[in-house]
Amino acid sequence: MQDSTRWRRVRRRLRYWRSRSERNRLLWEEMEFHIDSMTEELVAQGMAEREARAAAYRRFGNMTQTSEDARSTWIARWISDLVQDLRQSFRGMRRDAGFTVFTVLIAGLGIGASSTVFSVVNAMLLRPLPFRDPGRLVFISNGDQNTAIQTEHYSDLREMNRSFSDLAAWSGFYFPGDKELTGAGEPERLTSVPVTGNLFSVLGVQPAIGRSFTAQECQGKYSAPPAMLLSYGFWQRRFASDPRVVGRTLTLNNRPVTMVGVLPASFDFASVFAPGIPVDVFVPWPLNDPNKPSGNTLKVVGRLKPGATVQGAEAELTVLAKHLEQQHPERNPIGPRLMPLAERVSGRVVPPLFVLACAVGVVMLIVCANLSNLQLARLSGRQKEIAMRAALGAGRSRLLRQMLTESVALSSCGAVLGLVLAVVGTRELAHLQAFNLPLLESIRIDGKALLFTLLTAVGSGVLFGIAPAWRVSTLSFSEELQDASRGSSGGRRHAWVRNSLVVSELAFACILLVGAGLLIRSFLRVLEVNPGFQPERAAALRIDPSFRTSGFAQQNSFIDNVLHRARSAPGILAAGITDMLPLRDDRSWAVPAAGKVYEKGHAPEAYIRVVSDGYFEAAGIPLRQGRDFTERDRATSDKVVVVNETMARTLWPGEDPLGKMIRTDGGRRVIGVVADVRHTALEAAGGLEAYLPMRQTGDYAAMQLVARTALPPDTLARELRTALRPVDPNLPVREFQSFQDLVDKAVSPRRFLVMLLTGFAAFALILASLGIYAVISFSVSQRVQEIGIRMALGASAIDLQSGIVLRTLGLAAAGLGLGMAAARALSSVVGSMLFGVTTGDPVTFIAIGTLLTVVAAVAGYIPAWRASRIDPMIALRSN
Amino acid sequence: MGTEKAKSDLLPGTLDMLVLKVLMRGHLHGYAIAQLIRQLSDDLLQVEEGSLYPALQRLELNGWIEGEWGLSANNRRARFYKLTADGRKHLAQESARYRKVTGAVARIMGFA
Repeated sequence: MQDSTRWRRVRRRLRYWRSRSERNRLLWEEMEFHIDSMTEELVAQGMAEREARAAAYRRFGNMTQTSEDARSTWIARWISDLVQDLRQSFRGMRRDAGFTVFTVLIAGLGIGASSTVFSVVNAMLLRPLPFRDPGRLVFISNGDQNTAIQTEHYSDLREMNRSFSDLAAWSGFYFPGDKELTGAGEPERLTSVPVTGNLFSVLGVQPAIGRSFTAQECQGKYSAPPAMLLSYGFWQRRFASDPRVVGRTLTLNNRPVTMVGVLPASFDFASVFAPGIPVDVFVPWPLNDPNKPSGNTLKVVGRLKPGATVQGAEAELTVLAKHLEQQHPERNPIGPRLMPLAERVSGRVVPPLFVLACAVGVVMLIVCANLSNLQLARLSGRQKEIAMRAALGAGRSRLLRQMLTESVALSSCGAVLGLVLAVVGTRELAHLQAFNLPLLESIRIDGKALLFTLLTAVGSGVLFGIAPAWRVSTLSFSEELQDASRGSSGGRRHAWVRNSLVVSELAFACILLVGAGLLIRSFLRVLEVNPGFQPERAAALRIDPSFRTSGFAQQNSFIDNVLHRARSAPGILAAGITDMLPLRDDRSWAVPAAGKVYEKGHAPEAYIRVVSDGYFEAAGIPLRQGRDFTERDRATSDKVVVVNETMARTLWPGEDPLGKMIRTDGGRRVIGVVADVRHTALEAAGGLEAYLPMRQTGDYAAMQLVARTALPPDTLARELRTALRPVDPNLPVREFQSFQDLVDKAVSPRRFLVMLLTGFAAFALILASLGIYAVISFSVSQRVQEIGIRMALGASAIDLQSGIVLRTLGLAAAGLGLGMAAARALSSVVGSMLFGVTTGDPVTFIAIGTLLTVVAAVAGYIPAWRASRIDPMIALRSN
Repeated sequence: MGTEKAKSDLLPGTLDMLVLKVLMRGHLHGYAIAQLIRQLSDDLLQVEEGSLYPALQRLELNGWIEGEWGLSANNRRARFYKLTADGRKHLAQESARYRKVTGAVARIMGFA
């Protein structure tokens, strides 16, 4: 009952509000009728018509006041005030179109940048991983963060532990394009990840269509998986999202494989675990097949039981591992290291994201300082208007509120622009496939980002409006109204506010520029790094034969054939085959030197590459000593190996490595030494490397034909395709990888950071220079008379200009001093991301200092130049 | 959200009550309401126009009266108000409350 009347009142209020202008008109008509009636009565009492009307109006009192009071019963007062303020603001915006466009543009760029960075942080750090209850998922590695776990250890740990409800694993031993799809349609190389049957249930992922692997399917052979699950992306691409493909059979590496299911779109294995390498299908990892890859192959995740902690689980697994090592001395050493899965996935992006978030925050501060300054400058032109409003009865709090409404309205317009920029920006970022950053594909503007944008808009509006608003509410009104001159005292009294805003802008810009400068210099240093191979004009093409090679004879004739044809193709300078591409693939073996004794588990480990003759020349890896492989290094000849310089130095310090033996792979003799190649990253030295001749082994997962060419890459692909067609007409040749791409991909996270940070720093520099320019030209415009007098008294243009420029440089020096000190103190934030430069790199600091000084001098010189062209007579006459 | 309260009056809500009571006599426009209150109180109570019109808006918003446009005695457009059923109920409550309050005041003051 009570509720229904309340509800009716709300509805009535809304109705009144909608028809408010009509209702207002009617209210006035009603009041006028009242006054007419009063007048008539007075006339009837014998008063003259005019006097009667005046008396009636007097009796009635302030009609506007009454109507406002009456109206306020249906419109809450503050809403009407807000509407009024907003209308006022928009009127002001129209009047000062230039100012408005500038403000909205700057605020929009700032807010757009903030929202974009927020979306990145949100996708990579804030949003939970796309799995069920991801907080209880733990990544388990072996000894260090990157080493995988042996299958046997995995099985035993899974049996014995009590901390986890289950463990699951996928094989770290998979490579892009290691399965060949033939038969239906165009042949294609697929990337398949072998997983334990329970991986999806441990992660909490249900196939969108079909089912997961059965226990029986997980007992098959590694070389011939009976079943596979399709990734959503592959299913869409290859089968146009046809649900009927489930249950059908495909030919992978010449063996039939049944498609048992399709994983949901939300499960993007690649973007979480192996950014940059899209995964097409999942196959079962046969735990018990003796012919599967051995060694440390499994990447393990576990789901903690409720109540179990990461530390507790690590302690338990460590004890179990000790026990296992004693029981099974034949196995590899194991030392479980646990880490929450989320940390494992995005841990390494935390420092750069932190830097980006700080940078964008600084940009926003500069934006606010700049806009605040603009508002203040604009205010001095509006002093009369404001004083008038105050005189007409606007209270101080009302004026303060109006100013804040105005700035928030401006920043909100900016936010609309910013949101558009952020939507475009996030879409661009999400499609940067060349960047191997985790969860990049999931970057988008979501509800949280919208809320963030709204808060930024209001926050920045209040922040940049607070100084002008405060200024308005403390204006001495009578003084302003009396003061007829332009150079009012108020302007000068508050010059320090504007000056300090400019100084802080410069200081912030300085911090950003130093940060960006240090990272740019690091980036250039990284690009200068000699990777050990020559990426220019080298490219790799996957050429594994579609038939199974059944023995060394068949394999080697295939290799001979391929190399022969590739080398005779036009434009090919050198060609060779490898199983691993630098900066992308790796595997390592223990490589004990013959005749030396190592502690168990402490034999040196080397990256193993299986290559043919000509590979070193094609990849541009210089031979330091001895000889390259030749066609004569075959299965029947002496077993040989080529090592890199680090390996030679580590195994045989101070000795000649040529002719020495290693015990690996049945014993191999060193015939040559090549230069070191950087494998994991350009920033990190490569470590030990051993190259085995491809014609002497079958233990490799891929055949990459590497060619050095004088041709552009597109032409090269075509030429090689034509040349190789007679060898194997089914050769899928989609995957063509230039070595330059490998390098680009390896530096992409760094490039990503440098790109964004440089953009922010450039924006900050522009804003700061605009800030200086605005303040100096404002102070010049306020001093026109003074300048006129000086010039009339004989001051030269040079004197004037140097005076103004010196003042500018004074401000710049203050900003630079503060900024440099702060930058020096804060530069340790980027310390972990630097390469080849120190946090106090003098070159960067000096360059940034010079840049800012020059920019400040130019920004100050333009108003100075204009001032010196003032005609003294006009200046003096103008007031 | 409570009902809108009068801002300043003899006693809070008195003007509202008087307006409602006067409207018991039928459809009246604002001027007539003010006149009637004055006449009925023997010129003792002067309704200020400044509070009459806000009061009318308030009463209408609360659903106690309804306004509609009609023609006045001298054929001019005027807004006539009439009491609604809710308004009658509210008037009864208010007069009971008012009687209690004035009675109490009178007892304190020793009038009764």
